[in-house]
Amino acid sequence: MAAVLLERIGLALVTMVIIAVVVFFALDLMPGDACSVTLGRGASDSMLAACHARLGLDQPPLWRFITWAGDFLRGDLGISMQRERPIAEIVGWRLRNTLILAGVTSVIGIPLALGLGVLAGLNPEGPLDMAISGVAIFAMTVPEFISGTLMILVFSVILGWAAGVVTIGYKAPAFELVKASILPAATLIFILAAHILRMVRASVVEVMQSDFVQMARLKGASRRRVIWHHVVPNALLPAISIIGLTMAWLLGGVVIVESVFNFPGLGRLAVDAVADQDLPLVQAIALLFGLIYVLTNLGADLVALILNPRLRTRRQ
Amino acid sequence: MTLSAHKLEVANLQVGGADFLVVDNVSFTIGQGESFGIAGESGSGKSTLLLSLMGMMRPGLKAIGGSVRLNGSSILGQSDAALVFVRGGKIALIPQNPATAFNPSLRIGAQIAEALLLHSALHQQARAKRVFDLLEMVLLPEPAVTAGRFPHELSGGQLQRAAIAMALAGEPEVLLLDEPTTGLDVTTQAALLDLLVDLRHRAKVSMVCVSHDLGVLARLCDRIAVMYAGAVIEEGPLVSVLARPGHPYTQALLSSIPRLASAGLPSPIEGSPPSLFDLPSGCCFAPRCALVQDACHDQRPDLKLADKDHKIACLRTLIATAPVVDHSDTIFTKAAPIIAVQSLSVGFAKQGFFVRKAPKSVVDAVSFTLAKGEVLGLVGESGSGKSTILRAIAGLAVPTTGQITLMSQNSAENLAARGTDRRLSQLRSIQLIFQNPDASLNPRHRIIDLIAQPLLLYGRVPRSQIRAMAANLLAEVRLGEATLDLMPAQLSGGERQRVAIARAFAAKPDVLLCDEITTSLDVSVQAAVLALIRDLARKHDVAAIFVSHDLAVVRSIADRIAVLHNGRVVEINDAQELCARPVDPYTKSLIGFVLEIPA
Repeated sequence: MAAVLLERIGLALVTMVIIAVVVFFALDLMPGDACSVTLGRGASDSMLAACHARLGLDQPPLWRFITWAGDFLRGDLGISMQRERPIAEIVGWRLRNTLILAGVTSVIGIPLALGLGVLAGLNPEGPLDMAISGVAIFAMTVPEFISGTLMILVFSVILGWAAGVVTIGYKAPAFELVKASILPAATLIFILAAHILRMVRASVVEVMQSDFVQMARLKGASRRRVIWHHVVPNALLPAISIIGLTMAWLLGGVVIVESVFNFPGLGRLAVDAVADQDLPLVQAIALLFGLIYVLTNLGADLVALILNPRLRTRRQ
Repeated sequence: MTLSAHKLEVANLQVGGADFLVVDNVSFTIGQGESFGIAGESGSGKSTLLLSLMGMMRPGLKAIGGSVRLNGSSILGQSDAALVFVRGGKIALIPQNPATAFNPSLRIGAQIAEALLLHSALHQQARAKRVFDLLEMVLLPEPAVTAGRFPHELSGGQLQRAAIAMALAGEPEVLLLDEPTTGLDVTTQAALLDLLVDLRHRAKVSMVCVSHDLGVLARLCDRIAVMYAGAVIEEGPLVSVLARPGHPYTQALLSSIPRLASAGLPSPIEGSPPSLFDLPSGCCFAPRCALVQDACHDQRPDLKLADKDHKIACLRTLIATAPVVDHSDTIFTKAAPIIAVQSLSVGFAKQGFFVRKAPKSVVDAVSFTLAKGEVLGLVGESGSGKSTILRAIAGLAVPTTGQITLMSQNSAENLAARGTDRRLSQLRSIQLIFQNPDASLNPRHRIIDLIAQPLLLYGRVPRSQIRAMAANLLAEVRLGEATLDLMPAQLSGGERQRVAIARAFAAKPDVLLCDEITTSLDVSVQAAVLALIRDLARKHDVAAIFVSHDLAVVRSIADRIAVLHNGRVVEINDAQELCARPVDPYTKSLIGFVLEIPA
């Protein structure tokens, strides 16, 4: 158990280092740098040199990488050129907002997806399954900018239940943001639930046909007991990894949905940063996305490890 | 609920899908403490049959017809909810593959405890204790440790035992075993079979055991059915089916089992079982059957009673007409026969109070010939009809059918059924030596008088020569002249049997019938008597039929051996050949090729 745990954590750390290297050097290899972008084409060589010296860009790349990574570890993400403020501050607020959106989405979406998946899987090919699976396939195929727009059309324009576009700033109180995140969260749930429930449904169908479920029935266990003690715990195990992936996707900035709803999250910040050619910010966000991805997957692995005895204990 | 003497009754059960049957018209009943075995290869429908006994159908299958009754109440057609107390409580399954039958995310102990929770009133601590007891009962080491393990942490054999413990937890009245010992090493297998046998005898648990391993069934069951393509093609008492399989498939199945006792590869069954979706219209085994006839392709044979309690679904009523091939190749095979027995059947009518019941065949269509000077051994268990054959030849028992022909110098005479209707020369030709000389020698006659009788009757020997001839005869059986004046009671058992032999030879017979003549003798004396019979038969060119239940005794004296079972000759062969390479399964079992679990 401990060995498996250490192995997973070690692997995650290695992955993070690789991500940092790739992010840093990929942007470094691009033509132009922070100074040339900020100063524009008219900048003279002496101005550029002064700027380089100020930002430390005259140092050798490896040295720059080490200082950048070291600063990052201390929480100093550098300074945004365009916004002329510490990146940590900008990213911090946006990260909070994205976490709020992801939180609302997953708190409602994941239990909903699991429940619907189990329900569909217990009655495969039945009318309930047909309805649930049909909607899920529709949700998976429709791109989110269309489903998001439809949401706005139905709930905001026609019904007038919620504001179509988020108008509050990124530093708005959390409570305001929760309210604002309802429509984008609904759009996200639409997609996320579809993926998870399809997975859970397939898993439930498979487990229902397994020998041990038949054996439980032959032991005289009631249907309710069979489902709660034997089917659900085993069927949900494979769902853990896909939940992890979904969380990573949610936290990694749901760029399109945030753009459609004008939600002040990390995804929109990333788009803006690229558009502004704010290279230090892009670098910081890219690294952050990578780390979030690795961490959520590590989390999913660990949860699976705890819940699945076959992974937890080795054969004697 | 109907009252029933049977624990489990299966009647005309049909399980299948839209246009195919997996279980085709299967019927059987099991009483309390009885054990029924179902043999068959994979795909024969035996596992489906087993599951349907618990009202469980695999996806895509349903009960199409027939019924399954447990304690008289119907199982089929009941909902899962209605069967909750029956399953695991009254009838429990030991699954075929325990590795997949356990929930992978629950500990073994919890899964066994679940069965207790469902079917016993024990509270939690008592359940935990009972789980340990059950695990200990199935010979799992360190029950407390095992109970805390997850299924993947146990070996296949340990899981198998845990599965048995789980099935026993609900204290079921009927236990269904699906290949209960596959994947176990031989010692564990033997121990577990002991446990199951014990459970059956002590707790009177009824069992239905499905296996491809006839050795396991032989250990556990009293009756077995053989399934092929979803149907039972043979059913009967274990010994009867294994020793005298009637259906060609059962025969083939038995000869495909490798045995320690016989070298060489076991014989495979050519071809493969038919697809359930495309069953032949005739007998399903016909395409693979070596004995197939045209009629086999036309109609599906029903399960018919072929023997005592032994049913066979084959057009050829095999047990009755099984051709007995005489493989023997001895000097006697070509010699002129002295006596020929043709289709001899003997039956004894049972006299009822008012009705005369149909005669019960003791000897059934037995045919053989005997050459001059040949010793034919007739071997079989008690009740196999061997003594009756001798009595029929001697004219003491009246055959229902058949003919006994005596070939003297140049004529063949059909013998009359009754000894009293036979001519004197015919009576002389055939002499019978009985098992017990105490009973066959008149205790009030001196030995000389006993021996004198045949001499006087058949030989017309003058009184004056009697003593000398009798002394000669006694000398031939290694008895002194002094014996002549003794009474039978003054002789030992061996000596008395020698006198009986001398008396038989006094008639100068052509055929000597020896009915278990060494049974009541000590082994050392027996050896001497055997040698004596053999020498005398050679010397006087007398043919002998030597009857014994002991194959070894027969083997030592006979040129040829005929094996009798239930009144029929199942195999005749040269003595040496028969013992070395028995063909018939019953012969094999007599010789010691009994179906046993190798241990």
